[in-house]
Amino acid sequence: MSRTILDINDFSMVFGGLRAVDHVNMYIDEGEIVALIGPNGAGKTTLFNCVTGVYTPSEGDITVSDTEGKTIRTNGIKPNRITELGLARTFQNIRLFSSMTALENVMIGRHPKLKAGIFGAIFRDKRTRAEEEKVIVDSLAILRKLDLEKYANEPASSLPYGAQRLLEIARAMATEPQLLLLDEPAAGMNPQETRELDETIKRIRDEEGITILLIEHDMSLVMSLSERIYVLDYGKLIAQGSPDEVKANPAVIKAYLGE
Amino acid sequence: MKNIFQEIRKSVLSAIWLMILTFPIMVIKVNSFDNVVIWRWKNLMWVGIGTFFLSWLWRFLLDRKENGSGVEKTEIEKKNKFSLRETLSERKVKIPVLSVLAVLVLVFPFFVKFYQVGIMTSALMFVILGLGLNIVIGYGGLLHLGYAAFYAMGAYTYGLMYLYFGLPFWGALPLGAVTGALFGILIGVPVLRLRGDYLAIVTLAFGEISRLLLENMSGFTRGPEGIAQIPRPGFFVKLSLQGATTYLFYISIALVIFTIFVIRRLEDSRIGRALEAMKEDDIAAQSMGIDLAKTKLITFALGAVWAGMVGVVLASKTTYINPGSFTLMESVMILVAVVLGGTGSIPGVILGAFLVTLIPEYFRALADYRMLMFGVALVVMSIFRPQGIIPRVRKRYLVGEEQS
Repeated sequence: MSRTILDINDFSMVFGGLRAVDHVNMYIDEGEIVALIGPNGAGKTTLFNCVTGVYTPSEGDITVSDTEGKTIRTNGIKPNRITELGLARTFQNIRLFSSMTALENVMIGRHPKLKAGIFGAIFRDKRTRAEEEKVIVDSLAILRKLDLEKYANEPASSLPYGAQRLLEIARAMATEPQLLLLDEPAAGMNPQETRELDETIKRIRDEEGITILLIEHDMSLVMSLSERIYVLDYGKLIAQGSPDEVKANPAVIKAYLGE
Repeated sequence: MKNIFQEIRKSVLSAIWLMILTFPIMVIKVNSFDNVVIWRWKNLMWVGIGTFFLSWLWRFLLDRKENGSGVEKTEIEKKNKFSLRETLSERKVKIPVLSVLAVLVLVFPFFVKFYQVGIMTSALMFVILGLGLNIVIGYGGLLHLGYAAFYAMGAYTYGLMYLYFGLPFWGALPLGAVTGALFGILIGVPVLRLRGDYLAIVTLAFGEISRLLLENMSGFTRGPEGIAQIPRPGFFVKLSLQGATTYLFYISIALVIFTIFVIRRLEDSRIGRALEAMKEDDIAAQSMGIDLAKTKLITFALGAVWAGMVGVVLASKTTYINPGSFTLMESVMILVAVVLGGTGSIPGVILGAFLVTLIPEYFRALADYRMLMFGVALVVMSIFRPQGIIPRVRKRYLVGEEQS
């Protein structure tokens, strides 16, 4: 049996009187591609924010198992610590470092894997120099994997929209995650780009061995990519299962189309 | 034709508006000796005429900025265009230019009046302050309005350590830097959660509180009286006033070079990138594994080190310090130097610091209006060249075939 990377247990998030996420149970095993879908305002992004540490969950447990198989409860842990545990994310509304170049964006992603401190930077000892050279080579390699190499020295804000979305994925991959959380990666892409993204995500999973959890509204992408789907509506988990099971589920049809 | 009438109408309206606005200060003058009011109607006329033409010019420039200068440059023309920056960065040009500059700087004190050497030293000190604040604002993106407080900490470190323990200049210099960094962290801790305007307000308050503390802890700091007779640095033997001033000039030059060296290395390092990521988007930065709290504290500490060091130089240069030298105005002037020159750009900040210190010095007639001038300069800059006089250039990495 494969290892469970992320386990969400009886988790709720409350903002004032609003229960944005209500008693949700979820798990993700190593090597899966899992989708989280639901109508607008269902609480998908809130769940993402809680898992990645931007918000602290109101109730329940979120546990992450690290690469050695140790499980750690992540409620209230800062986002940068969660990234170090091997969770990396992209954002629904692109949050690149817009005036930095594409390469520098990816180099930022390498940050937690590097060690150089202030004195290393000033004295530039042998180790720091080697590290700096390596980070450029590694970052370029990541850009190459997503076919973004041609943009390496362009400011992130000047990239085409689809490339910006991909660069966010590249930046997240640079942290060497075990689980990649993608928040609407295909939003604003044309059908051609979406098809390519489908390939890319599959490749990331197969070649890099990165587990993937994605939020997506493009149903054709969700159905072709994911092995399991969770459906949220008004903060509640209304369905889960394989794409075919979810497609046939009356509760899901009701949530999306009404009675 | 209609266009010109509209332009005239706009200019006339602005002229009338400014005439009304400035009427009380420009026209009415009370002679309290004879108890009569003097009406200076002539001034009103000048205000009107001046505004009329200036507003016309202003709109002309704005228009030109928005629609471009009308002449589109082709790619080839752009390539052939002489670029000062590129020419300077070529090795063949860079080394001779730098050596000539170095020689000029070294002989400078022997060819000018000793008063000029003092002024130049102040300008160099300001350069270091600007570069230090630039770390906080230009790289870290944290608006800091109490920077003069760190400057004061450095000066008082030397003043007090000399007063109580007889510490010499060379002992105080590193100590001042350390004190600066410590206070940088101290102020950093409570403002970790703040950003933008809120951070600016708190740092502003911090600057004022530090000054008031120095003023009111009279038992310890000698209060508003200040500390006098702080020794200038000696070079094995005690130097004459002239010798010490020249010596301080060289020390400042060395410190400027040291600062540029360190900042350039920091800029191009893991820490520098983390600071920048924090400036660009703090939530994304944190999601990429950057510890925001740590990075903010590093930013404040790295920025304050320089102010602490320059504070020591100031104390030894003027031999007298009091809290009045570290007002909000001082923080604002450093900020002006950074913003005018180019936020985040080392050559820009150096130029900015020289402009801010030397213009009021050499154009004494204008010195009274310097705040007005800097205000106008900031407004003009923020509209026509928001990136500063010498904007920052990003480092490019060699990619693909270019890479050896």
